[in-house]
Amino acid sequence: MMGYGLLASGSSFLDGAAFGNGVVLAVFGLAAWAGYYARGNEIWRQALGEVFRRRRLSVFVLGLYVALALADSISWVGGSDRADGVLAHEAQSLVDRWFSGTTEKSYSAPLASAEFYDKTPLTRPRAHVLGTNILGQDVLYMTVKGARVALLIGGLTSLIAIPLALLFGMAAGYFGGRIDDVVFFVMSTLASMPGILLLIALIMVLGQSTFSVCVALGVTSWVNFCRLARGETMKLRELDYVAAARALGVSHAAILWRHILPNLMHLVVISFVLLFSSLVLAEATLAWLGIGVNGSWGQMIAQAKDELSRDPIVWWNVTAAGVAVFVLLLAVNRIGDALRDVLDPRTLGEGK
Amino acid sequence: MSSLLSVQGLTTTFPIAGARVPVLREVSFQVEAGRCLALVGESGSGKSMTALSVLRLVPRPGRVEAGTVSLAGRDLMGLSVPEMRRVRGREVAMIFQEPMTSLNPVVSVGAQVVEAILLHEKVSAEAARARTVELFRRVGIPDPGARFQAFPHQLSGGLKQRVVIAMALALRPTVLLADEPTTALDVTVQAQILELLRELQAESKTAILLITHDFGVVNQLADEIAVMYAGRIVETGTRQDVLRAPSHPYTQGLLRALPGRAQTGERLQEIPGRMPQPADVPSGCPFAPRCPEALAACSDWEPRFSVLGTRRVACLRRPESPVGPTGGTA
Amino acid sequence: MLAYIVRRFAYALLVVWGVLLFLFVLFFAVTTPDDIARRSVGDKALPRVIEQWKHAHGYDRPLWPSVDAPTDNLLVDHFRRMLTFDLGKSDADNVPIARRIREGAAPSLLLTLPMFALGLLSSIGVSLFVALFRESYIDRAWVFLSVLLMSIPMLLYIIFGQFLLSVVLRWFPLSGFDDDPAVVTRFLALPVLIAVLSSLGSSVRFYRTVFVEEIHKDYVRTARAKGAGELRILRFHVLRNALIPILTDVVMTIPFLFTGSLLLEAAFGIPGLGSLVVDAINANDFSTLRAMVFLGSLLFIVGQVLTDISYTIVDPRIRLS
Repeated sequence: MMGYGLLASGSSFLDGAAFGNGVVLAVFGLAAWAGYYARGNEIWRQALGEVFRRRRLSVFVLGLYVALALADSISWVGGSDRADGVLAHEAQSLVDRWFSGTTEKSYSAPLASAEFYDKTPLTRPRAHVLGTNILGQDVLYMTVKGARVALLIGGLTSLIAIPLALLFGMAAGYFGGRIDDVVFFVMSTLASMPGILLLIALIMVLGQSTFSVCVALGVTSWVNFCRLARGETMKLRELDYVAAARALGVSHAAILWRHILPNLMHLVVISFVLLFSSLVLAEATLAWLGIGVNGSWGQMIAQAKDELSRDPIVWWNVTAAGVAVFVLLLAVNRIGDALRDVLDPRTLGEGK
Repeated sequence: MSSLLSVQGLTTTFPIAGARVPVLREVSFQVEAGRCLALVGESGSGKSMTALSVLRLVPRPGRVEAGTVSLAGRDLMGLSVPEMRRVRGREVAMIFQEPMTSLNPVVSVGAQVVEAILLHEKVSAEAARARTVELFRRVGIPDPGARFQAFPHQLSGGLKQRVVIAMALALRPTVLLADEPTTALDVTVQAQILELLRELQAESKTAILLITHDFGVVNQLADEIAVMYAGRIVETGTRQDVLRAPSHPYTQGLLRALPGRAQTGERLQEIPGRMPQPADVPSGCPFAPRCPEALAACSDWEPRFSVLGTRRVACLRRPESPVGPTGGTA
Repeated sequence: MLAYIVRRFAYALLVVWGVLLFLFVLFFAVTTPDDIARRSVGDKALPRVIEQWKHAHGYDRPLWPSVDAPTDNLLVDHFRRMLTFDLGKSDADNVPIARRIREGAAPSLLLTLPMFALGLLSSIGVSLFVALFRESYIDRAWVFLSVLLMSIPMLLYIIFGQFLLSVVLRWFPLSGFDDDPAVVTRFLALPVLIAVLSSLGSSVRFYRTVFVEEIHKDYVRTARAKGAGELRILRFHVLRNALIPILTDVVMTIPFLFTGSLLLEAAFGIPGLGSLVVDAINANDFSTLRAMVFLGSLLFIVGQVLTDISYTIVDPRIRLS
């Protein structure tokens, strides 16, 4: 029961104002630190510059999504009624305020002046660029809010899963012995359960809040990277300069921090990007099964089950969400590809 | 004696940062039947690329821009692709440096030699197998019948290279291109392989183009030497002439730098600077920036061969005889 | 090599034990039988009703072993039953789970086997083709196309596919299943097509990389120097080496042939094992879910062991060392 309680309170935390604002601060802090670090490191600066050069459009698109997500994270209490009908004493984000007061009764087509089915006039004729959904919410508004959810699912989960996997993988690969046995066993056990089934089981058990879905996604996805980190660490451990460092009396911690970790960073970056992609896709599947995160694009697409079988069909909801998720994944995958090409150890190190 | 393999003006380029950069410039040399020409130079001078260009195996996106490769009078550059494939392995064979990776790891060594035979001759599988075993015996592989089924990883480096040689000579080619065949082997094995090549050459009068950076190897096998620098041939001549009395300043520098030549207690003499990358080769004589005898005019001088008997040197300061019909551009 | 196989099996058994333990902790400790009962009979139910429900479904024993009940507890029970495939009854409607699994296996296989075969053939075919033309426009276009195909969630494939091909063009029925051999292909064609298309992107990317890496290896250069043509090189040299990592990838997906594709079965109304899981989700049927995860894991583990063993058989470097 204790698990449940923690997760229940976790959910409202993830959707609350303090968390959102904290994330924005953290992102800017992280960006600043990364910029400072990259400026000092020639290889990384060249590599990232090269990726940026090859994928300008994708980076721009990703930046746009991040901006929208951040806009939806900065929130405070006070203001008029929210666009999706929530009352004024809850925190509202910039996006909420931009779209406040735009709710209709039910479906309406993009740029229409009347309700879709009963033809009554809208409160805001011709104002809904992408139409409204079954609850009358502006679809553009819901799509923009979906950016925050997608980045939360992909980004936050990865930010937690990857460092943990890195920690365990490095420990197992470097120290070997008992630690490796334990980590390898845990990895094997988790990896033996088909991802989607494990994911479903975890969510059924942990509940369907945003937080529990993120935890479930994290548990099912850290194994892959952990295996990778462990393998690479084992290879790095055998290199001559590590043996030399040990002979000179350098401590384990220093070796890990100064010699092993920097050589794993290219894998970290690439895995982060790829994981992001697969997490967003996984959540879409969960949404279809009815256990996704509230407000995600996957959920909007899942509504199409019903909407596309109506007559006449309601197409704008699924199209907006579909395009939004497709463009995001395309951009992320393109960047990931370029990263993989540029950060190939054969080009980073002394290739033949 | 007319030469078996005559290369003239071979120029091969690669696209680097958008431009077509020559990695071989006007390379010309000849190899006679039954004799061995050693192509000597540092890493990156273009030696391997020369051999690959002869066989038209230059990896994409590089290509041979100009030049002729005459094999017994026939220009290989003008052949169609299917015709060229018939030449490869049958008339001109090539062996490579790394026996470890030159052989397909999941196919038995015997099958790979059989493939070479069956690609060019219509014989039965048993006949090809028998020939392979005989070839293995000839190149000195012990227990050749049993070794037929072995996989590359089960053989030592020396044995693998013998397999490679057997494969190359299976169809009795008239020319053998050997790209650093002993560099990856132990010194003792090196000597054995070179001895084997010498025997095989004497037997079948094969012309050998031996690519190497090791003067020790040159001494054991070569009849003639051609020295390469930055994609150009800078000097050619008989082995004795070039080794005992090198003419081109680069060749002189190379030989001076050999540890064997130095007196005890003397400092090893090195050539200052580094050989330029293909994209950074200066105009004029490519060696001028490092040459102890360079003049200002050298940087504007388009390298041409001067001829001195059987020797050719591409140096402004060695005009022993004017450019003639046997000289030609360097 | 026999020693290796034995060791591999032994470790697999250890992992099975680990999976069972994990499932137990997840399904009995993190969410207790009381929670499960409440999900069935309602949050506000009386304790008596909850006890009745627990008794009816076999949950009314202590969780962990104790001094006076070392074997009569849910932990031992769970292990014993799962390992003997006594999968129990559904929490939702008391139907024996094993029966449902037997019934659902055939439809799932009818969907996944064609999916597997067609997917494999098309991926390898396309990637061979693309590898032949590497660095050309065809290759670059395909790489971009692959990334594109990979960025579309399976959901959208299903929705769009159903909409376009069923509703608009009316080439296929929207959903449903009938195992009468005469009509079964009509119902399976669309889901199989969608499945193959959606995985084509990532498969081709992976296979192409494997092929191109092999083509750049030294032994291919040797083969060319022998006078072999590009086609022969691909067929005889590259394919043999490339198939080793590809085989690993392929054998791993065999267990999934049995568990079926959840999304596809749910969307197309195919009554297979995937639908079974989806139904279990909707009905809060934990015992079915537990059984399915165990079954899936078991098949997965078998797949991994088979993969490792096949590796040692196929690669002479490992087989003969």
